[in-house]
Amino acid sequence: MALKKHTDKSYDVELDDLRSKLLTLGGKVEAEIALSMRALAERDSKLAEQVLSADQEVNLLELEVDEGCRRLLALRQPAASDLRFITTALKIVVDLERIGDLAVNIAERAIDLNQSPALRPVHDLTRLAQLCQAQLRKALDAFVDGDPAKAEEVIKDDDLLDALYHNLFSELLALMMEDPRNIRRANSLLFVAKHLERLGDHATNVAEMVVYMVRGTDVRHPHSRELRGRPSRG
Amino acid sequence: MNDVARQRNSSKIVVRNLNAWFGKTHALRGVSLEVPENTVLAIIGPSGCGKSTFVRCINRMHELVPGAKQTGHVLVDGQDLHGRGVDPVDLRRRVGMVFQRANPFPTMSIFDNAVAGLRLNGIGGNLAELAERSLRQAALWDEVKDRLHHSALSLSGGQQQRLCIARALAIGPEVLLMDEPASALDPIATAKIEELIRELREALTIVIVTHNMQQAARVSDATAFFYMGELVEHGATEQIFTNPREPRTEDYVTGKFG
Repeated sequence: MALKKHTDKSYDVELDDLRSKLLTLGGKVEAEIALSMRALAERDSKLAEQVLSADQEVNLLELEVDEGCRRLLALRQPAASDLRFITTALKIVVDLERIGDLAVNIAERAIDLNQSPALRPVHDLTRLAQLCQAQLRKALDAFVDGDPAKAEEVIKDDDLLDALYHNLFSELLALMMEDPRNIRRANSLLFVAKHLERLGDHATNVAEMVVYMVRGTDVRHPHSRELRGRPSRG
Repeated sequence: MNDVARQRNSSKIVVRNLNAWFGKTHALRGVSLEVPENTVLAIIGPSGCGKSTFVRCINRMHELVPGAKQTGHVLVDGQDLHGRGVDPVDLRRRVGMVFQRANPFPTMSIFDNAVAGLRLNGIGGNLAELAERSLRQAALWDEVKDRLHHSALSLSGGQQQRLCIARALAIGPEVLLMDEPASALDPIATAKIEELIRELREALTIVIVTHNMQQAARVSDATAFFYMGELVEHGATEQIFTNPREPRTEDYVTGKFG
């Protein structure tokens, strides 16, 4: 993020290492989501199995990121933008890892659904998945580029995603009412939709932390802060 | 008193457009800031940035340096310290100072050091009581009460520094200036001085110069960053260390200088 280098260059190396681990983790999580949605769309349970094994790498990376943050905090006593970067890393790694878990949940649903005949295509689910992936991609880009404007778009667009989820909910409910034999499968798809909606929330969390990392202002929970009558603090 | 209330206290020290020179060297350039009563202000910055000169201007020690010059105003409780008719000796009674190296009077006992300021200023009263009070205030009493008449040099470095703080406190100052008070001490002695600073803040207004940024972060309510004689940024300590406004402050607190 900052162009200027630390006087102690090994500090930069450690920060860069942390940043690149987080980006690797982010990339893997993106791939997991794409893979799990393909497993569902293409009715390919082998792809779903790949998600399960990919998630183990994500889990290990989470541990490495945590350890890197702890080491930097203990040994460097970071301040200002470095401190904000490291506290951001500590928080977004949790969101990213959780997105990986959601991909696993979707993959498990895919395996289950693939054992029954296909339900008729639910177009909004594809759109929801695309939107979620775009949100995640944009949140990660905002983190890489240190771009709070991009992060704010993610926060704003979460409403679109929620609206789409509610449409989907009605659509699936209608399918269930049409024919009780649809209930089990439609219910599974509803879970998938819920996982995607949650994924969007985690992407929003990442975006909020990016705003904090760059600007030093906390944009989370504006309504709760209003109730406490307290301005946001840097 | 909580920290928010503290920052709303009225200003104990007001500095306006302070300039200082050593011969032709312009050591302080138009510094203005205020220190609320019962708060701790930390001054940070690289060597030669003017931070020691700044505190030495507050108690008029800067003018003792040959070739030194100073303009601007320093007010304590609204009174201009550099105004006519202000006796620097009276001023230094109200504005005490503690230095980097503990400098107890080497030929005096612990007790005599503690009351040295009182004797010099011809302040009467029960010296034993006054010595005990200031040694307690400096969190040294329990360690020295059984050997008050031993030489001050029999104490450890950290104890000597607290003795110097007791000596400064004995004459009842309202402001305490501390120039790197813990830089020659080990971490435990440093922690004791830092705890002491937090306690003394209840009764005094403190300005501390330090090279140790973690120390500034730990003990102060507000932090001022000086660079090349300029006050670059002055704000709540939490803000300076988490979200400084000025790029030069950011570079300094994150270690991107030089």
